[in-house]
Amino acid sequence: MVYLIALPLLSAALLLVLGRIADKWGHLLATFISATTFAIGVAEFFSMHGQSGGNRAVTQKVFEWIAVGNLKVDASLLLDQLSICFVLLITGVGTLIHIYSIAYMEHDKDRRRFFAYLNLFIAAMLLLVLGDSYLNLYVGWEGVGLASYLLIGFWNQNPAYAVAAKKAFIANRVGDVGLSIAIMISFAQFGTVSFVGVKAGAAHASPVALSAIGAMLLLAAAGKSAQFPLQSWLGDAMAGPTPVSALIHAATMVTAGVYLITRSNFIFDASSTARILVVTVGVITLLFGAIVGTAKDDIKKALAASTMSQIGYMILATGLGPVGYAFAIMHLLTHGFFKAGMFLGAGSVMHGMEDEVNMRKYGGLARLMPITAVTFGLGYLAILGVPPFAGFYSKDKIIETAFNQGGGKGILLGGAALIGAGITAFYMTRVVVLTFSGARRWKDGAHPHESSILMWAPMVVLAIGSVASGFLLSFGSSLVNWLQPVVNASNAVGGKELMKPLVVSLLALVVVILGAGYAITKYRTVPDVAPEKVSLFTKAARKDLYQDDLNDALLVKPGKALTLGLVATDNYVIDGAVRLVGWVLSEISDVLRKIQNGYVRTYALIMLAGIFIGALIIWVVTA
Amino acid sequence: MDISNYLYLSVILFTIGALGVLIRRNAIVIFMCIELMLNASNLALVTFSRSNGNLDGQVASFFTMVVAACEVVVGLAIIVTIYRSRRSASVDDASLLKN
Amino acid sequence: MNLLTTTILLPLLGTLALALAPRGNTRLIKIIALISSLVTLVSSLLMLTKYKFGVTGFQLASSHSWFKVFNINYAVGIDGLALVLILLTTVLVPIVVVGGWNEAEGGRWSVKTFYMLILALEMFLVAVFAATDLFLFYVIFEVMLIPVYFLIGGYGRGDRAAAALKFLLYSLFGGLLMLAAVIGLFVISLRQGHGSFDVTTLSHLKISHNTQDWLFLGFFIAFAIKAPLFPFHTWLPAAARSATPGTSILVLGVLDKVGTYGMIRFCLTLFPEATKTFAPYIIVLSLLSIIYGAFLAIGQKDLNSLIAFTSISHFGFIVLGIFALTSQGITGASLYMVNHGFSTAALFLVGGWMVQRRKSTQVEDFGGLQRITPVMAWCFFIAGLSALALPGLSSFVSEFLVLIGTFTRYPAAAVIGTLGIILAALYVLILVQRSLHGPLQEGNEETPDLNWREKVAIAPVILALVLLGFYPKPAIHLIDPATSQIMLAAGASDPTPLAGR
Repeated sequence: MVYLIALPLLSAALLLVLGRIADKWGHLLATFISATTFAIGVAEFFSMHGQSGGNRAVTQKVFEWIAVGNLKVDASLLLDQLSICFVLLITGVGTLIHIYSIAYMEHDKDRRRFFAYLNLFIAAMLLLVLGDSYLNLYVGWEGVGLASYLLIGFWNQNPAYAVAAKKAFIANRVGDVGLSIAIMISFAQFGTVSFVGVKAGAAHASPVALSAIGAMLLLAAAGKSAQFPLQSWLGDAMAGPTPVSALIHAATMVTAGVYLITRSNFIFDASSTARILVVTVGVITLLFGAIVGTAKDDIKKALAASTMSQIGYMILATGLGPVGYAFAIMHLLTHGFFKAGMFLGAGSVMHGMEDEVNMRKYGGLARLMPITAVTFGLGYLAILGVPPFAGFYSKDKIIETAFNQGGGKGILLGGAALIGAGITAFYMTRVVVLTFSGARRWKDGAHPHESSILMWAPMVVLAIGSVASGFLLSFGSSLVNWLQPVVNASNAVGGKELMKPLVVSLLALVVVILGAGYAITKYRTVPDVAPEKVSLFTKAARKDLYQDDLNDALLVKPGKALTLGLVATDNYVIDGAVRLVGWVLSEISDVLRKIQNGYVRTYALIMLAGIFIGALIIWVVTA
Repeated sequence: MDISNYLYLSVILFTIGALGVLIRRNAIVIFMCIELMLNASNLALVTFSRSNGNLDGQVASFFTMVVAACEVVVGLAIIVTIYRSRRSASVDDASLLKN
Repeated sequence: MNLLTTTILLPLLGTLALALAPRGNTRLIKIIALISSLVTLVSSLLMLTKYKFGVTGFQLASSHSWFKVFNINYAVGIDGLALVLILLTTVLVPIVVVGGWNEAEGGRWSVKTFYMLILALEMFLVAVFAATDLFLFYVIFEVMLIPVYFLIGGYGRGDRAAAALKFLLYSLFGGLLMLAAVIGLFVISLRQGHGSFDVTTLSHLKISHNTQDWLFLGFFIAFAIKAPLFPFHTWLPAAARSATPGTSILVLGVLDKVGTYGMIRFCLTLFPEATKTFAPYIIVLSLLSIIYGAFLAIGQKDLNSLIAFTSISHFGFIVLGIFALTSQGITGASLYMVNHGFSTAALFLVGGWMVQRRKSTQVEDFGGLQRITPVMAWCFFIAGLSALALPGLSSFVSEFLVLIGTFTRYPAAAVIGTLGIILAALYVLILVQRSLHGPLQEGNEETPDLNWREKVAIAPVILALVLLGFYPKPAIHLIDPATSQIMLAAGASDPTPLAGR
């Protein structure tokens, strides 16, 4: 199991240390290693499948890491039903994207470095899902942050990309602080930071402590998964090469927050306050992302907004109690397929269009890029939730579970999720229409063409996943049963069913058709320059609902002012005080120095005066 | 016997000497003023010796005379040397150690 | 002769050898300095092999009478804490010599004097961590200032004389307070029977609360200036701006640790009650240091003073861990001293090479270096990552231990301290972005990448950062027994977990 992490890590280190020597074969090694990890993952899956439910989880202690006082943390791994899902997703999609990148990055002279970062990411992400304690998870958590930073800033000679990378890291760091505080509370409460220990201790903990841990974990999830209020980095993260956006910022890393909450199910099950926070964040983000998605002309940013929104669905599902976790993971897996597929499709389009990302400059590409169009279309149907594609199984379940919360809460959550589905249909249809149908709007210089087999083969595989994964995962509730030992869903399966699944599906379908239909009529003709005269709503959506401006006004500007103020304070007040002491001393000595004029008679006079004053004092005292 | 007149004279002589040292710049004159101060104190010593009826004060004044004589020898030698090298006996000019 | 004493005296031998070497042959001088520092390193590694792990108390101890009248001894001995700091010193000195091969040229005095001063400083640094006699400690604590004063004043750039003077005056002021406290302590020991300067004997004295408070302050202010803690810090950026990279490494990487080491060794064990009285205030001060240092680092334009301010922030973490009075806090702080030594060394080394190539210390003059000098850029990036305590690099373990140790006793302080984590990411990434990313700045086109000598110098530092990050067990294993003994002397025990109590 440890090879899962060690192999890609070593390969990444090797490629970075060897430098230019490895340029010729670096990408092959990295792809091979990634495929090997996938093979190991599959082998682990089958050996786990052969066991009965209770014995499936295995731990492996690698070495003793930190042992101070009663804090004992081993570098040890936990492979259970939940983590194997992620292992397969990460290594599977990861390998496909390695293959895709061989062709996509062919003309970049730093291709070796790119593959080294990809392997680094695979290692860190696997550590994240395999760590058996919050601290091990944290190492992977920051590790993927680093890999994401490196990959977003892969073309960091462009200052805007370098800034985007930095922004992503900082936003992630804010989330990381949440995770580290959660770890600290766990240790102070339970004296341990391992999942098993915290789970055992959670039964005795005070509700306040549990809510605090839950809130901090949610903050961490919000940072990593681009949830409200830390979501602003994801759009800018599209500065990275497109395969990166597919792997890290769609399929795997950004879903780590969902993993964290699912992994910590014992905390959230015990704290209703934390659950309310989770669903609130989820709902806000799913609507937020969907609204932003409606106005983006950059194909990658539109997909990024969609990712944000879809993860909002997952986070919402994790906040719905024990039954929600499995649906969150199911949506996560199906989303991993269709969104990665669509990103690769976007990459294929960009590859054919000389890296043009503005969808207003596309149009009518379906005839020239048939494979890309078909695979993208399958992903599109999946994300819309059209039966029987993958999203239908996962997303409708989430909407249904939300309605089943009952009362005003259920209607509120379910309604929001339903509206989100409608908006999703609108903006995704917009993307498809703008890109693949209608009249051509590209300039004469471009020669759109279908990509090579190395690029379209992974897209085809992911498209098959987009079609079939939903059915496979929900057939006979297979995923729900599989995850049941981890998330303790047994006590919730018999929950009340307020809305029939069929009703929900029909409602969702209606909403989707409305959204898609509106988009088709609205974008029958498309100007190739974004119109200036648009509604306030569109303007706000184009600017990410002013999230950046808000951050600027609330954090960046005051921070800059504070920094300048403190620098001045240090210069003039603190160091000034030190200099003042020195200045006063030197001024005093300047005065005193005048007495030392070198004339004997001055000294004699002072001596005489001293004697006189001394005599006077003696006389006064004795008299 | 009333010693106050002797002591007044001694004080006046001493003050003249001290003022001379403080005010005059010629090394020779300063020297003479120092001698004046020494002798003023000698006068006071002898006066007290007389009034006390023992010889202690007179003995002390002899010591003073000896010291004064030695001082004259060393001091004059220095002054002459300075005068030779700098053509001046002013104490203000002899400021080579300053700065 | 005692192995510890040998290790102390070896650099002195090197200094003497240098004194005999011809002034003009700088190559020979550098080689002598290098050999001498390497021999010292070997000797200290021998100490490591002789050291009995897991045993508390001072080992390899030896004692010779120095001033009989006042019962002052040349008494040395090491526990795990002292040993790791001595190892840090002896590892860093050869790296300084190799890494800053040409940095002494162009100084006010000769290259020979530079290396004599460096070796003398090494001797004092090893001795100060080894001293178990309070008076001996005090004397070395003060004597150390002399080589540093000349190193900053004679071989730096810019306003080096003023910086050296500032350093000297600050330290002397602190030393004076400490001297008063040392004398006070001796008088108390005299009144309670037998006058002594022995650290262990002194820790058994019964001192009234009020007296403890005053003596504690005498020691603490001296150490807080040396460490340095806000608001006693302004000498540090000035010194870092002016000193050569090698001097900066020894000053920020090792010399400043004498302050935090002193807090653990003397403040905690000699004055346990006063420690508890002042701990909350000191924790506030250390939090101020963390945040203030980080903000100022963000606002700096000069590369060297930026690194200096990051150090002030990190010293805040170290002091926070010490005065949290938990085993995680103190062990974390001790480990932090070592890790900070390496990470600062890496930053100053690579920063120094960048400055040397660009002939400018302004961050804005760099830019786009990653494209033309990938190795140098990566080294700088890794050093930066260790400054922001990325997991997998050594500083993470220590920072995490400090924070978690603080949280169990002072949750609010730890939460505020985490702000330092975010700010650290900001100052490091801003620095990295400005110096390594973006389009290539004019005047940088010809910048050469690291040569083999520089690679040799930086490699062990980066190796140490990575190894101690993944496998800190050996260092923790050394420090932990010392920590538990210090906790015992300070009369502190870890808080028990809240739930299930």
